[in-house]
Amino acid sequence: MFGNFDFQAIVRGWHALIFEGLAFTLEVTFLAMIGGTILGTVFAMMRLSSTKPLAWFAGAYVNLLRSVPLVMVIFWFYFMAPYIGAWIIGAERPVQVGAFASALITFILFEACYYCEIMRAGIQSIPAGQANAGYALGFSYWQLMRLVILPQAFRNMLPVLLTQTIVLFQDVSLVYIISLPDFVTIASKIAQRDNRLVEMYLFVAVVYFALCLALSYVVRRLRARLTIIR
Amino acid sequence: MNYNWNWGIFLEASPDGTGSYLYTLFLGTRWTIAVSLTAWVAALVMGGVVGTLTTLPRRGWAMLGDAYIEFFRNIPLLVQMFLWFFVVPEIVPEVIGTWMKQTPNSSFWTAVVALAFFTSTRVAVQFRAGILSQARGQMMAAQALGMNMTQSYCYVILPMAFRIILPPLTSEFMNILKNSSVAMAVGLMELTAQTRAMQEFSFQVFEAFTVSTIIYIVINMVIVFGMRRLERWLAVPGFSIDRASEADLRGGA
Repeated sequence: MFGNFDFQAIVRGWHALIFEGLAFTLEVTFLAMIGGTILGTVFAMMRLSSTKPLAWFAGAYVNLLRSVPLVMVIFWFYFMAPYIGAWIIGAERPVQVGAFASALITFILFEACYYCEIMRAGIQSIPAGQANAGYALGFSYWQLMRLVILPQAFRNMLPVLLTQTIVLFQDVSLVYIISLPDFVTIASKIAQRDNRLVEMYLFVAVVYFALCLALSYVVRRLRARLTIIR
Repeated sequence: MNYNWNWGIFLEASPDGTGSYLYTLFLGTRWTIAVSLTAWVAALVMGGVVGTLTTLPRRGWAMLGDAYIEFFRNIPLLVQMFLWFFVVPEIVPEVIGTWMKQTPNSSFWTAVVALAFFTSTRVAVQFRAGILSQARGQMMAAQALGMNMTQSYCYVILPMAFRIILPPLTSEFMNILKNSSVAMAVGLMELTAQTRAMQEFSFQVFEAFTVSTIIYIVINMVIVFGMRRLERWLAVPGFSIDRASEADLRGGA
């Protein structure tokens, strides 16, 4: 069963696995979380806006991306990025977009939909009286959002935002299908080169499991601490 | 943008010799639906059992259920597919391993098993929530009527729990459809994989991806519509289920 389990295969590939693969995955996860939360918050404000075209656009974008598989979205951006890039800088031919940038843009645009729904729930969870009180004090819309609504919405939704980040962290593995050098891709390359599939995939599974379990433990602790007793 | 649009490509013969490109996408759609439906039925049953286990008053069963959920939830679906496809056949006794590798459509069954385990954890969490959301009096009343634990669950708690969690189950159903595209990584020629193949053979990237995106959206709409019908059909008069949370799950108006 585990008779010819070669632990050395993992040791040999250690550097590439951790410092290239896992580092890529963590970097994309972290930056996409920041970018996705910011963009998602903007979308949430648009969806709740009284300006109809804004609300309509954000709603259509979010609902469209949420009903399409992520694998599909990754392909879309992968093929579209060179054309969009050419269009932005006015070039004649499609331009090359780096692996890291294309993954990052895809995940920011995709996860923004999910972060948007979370932030929308967060904003709506703040009693309407707070907004009215803010306006009564003479705050503008932006002041109201920045000083009253969003800080509370973030606080209330922090555990959910982090849970979504765990999902995002797992989703980044899907860049395997376009061979970007993430943790899974590098592991599978080493696995095929050394013919050590069992060791490599078990190692990947253990690392993901440990990291996700630790993060979900943090989320649970945070949820207990943040709960406001009303 | 200089891209040569050619929508007529769908009627041209595809190099795999089965017919037109449109037919190729249809074959992919069939695999997608087959994988999603099979895995969904399995995930419902497994998730229902595990979710129920976690609410039992016996410590041991509850811990077993929790361990199951944590295990299958914290490993990415893609990695789970690789585990079932490459690793499990190697570490089980050789006879079973050989049988697993030689089973026809092994990538289909791998995808079904991986999707079922992955989704069942989410279904289990929903079931647990549905069971715990009911008033304690329900269980007490069932016991007072002389039902044992199994009967109370089967006749009182679970039928109600299932109705309560139908709206979140709808989105899990949609998730399993979307996640089935990961199966292309173990070689299943489902819709996304066929789209990718079409793009590689015909170079008509955007036509191929537009059509398959529309197919996914249409199947999604069918699921939402069907589940809503099911909800209305199963509704118990007098027990209205909160429609607001449902609207929230679907992303509102």
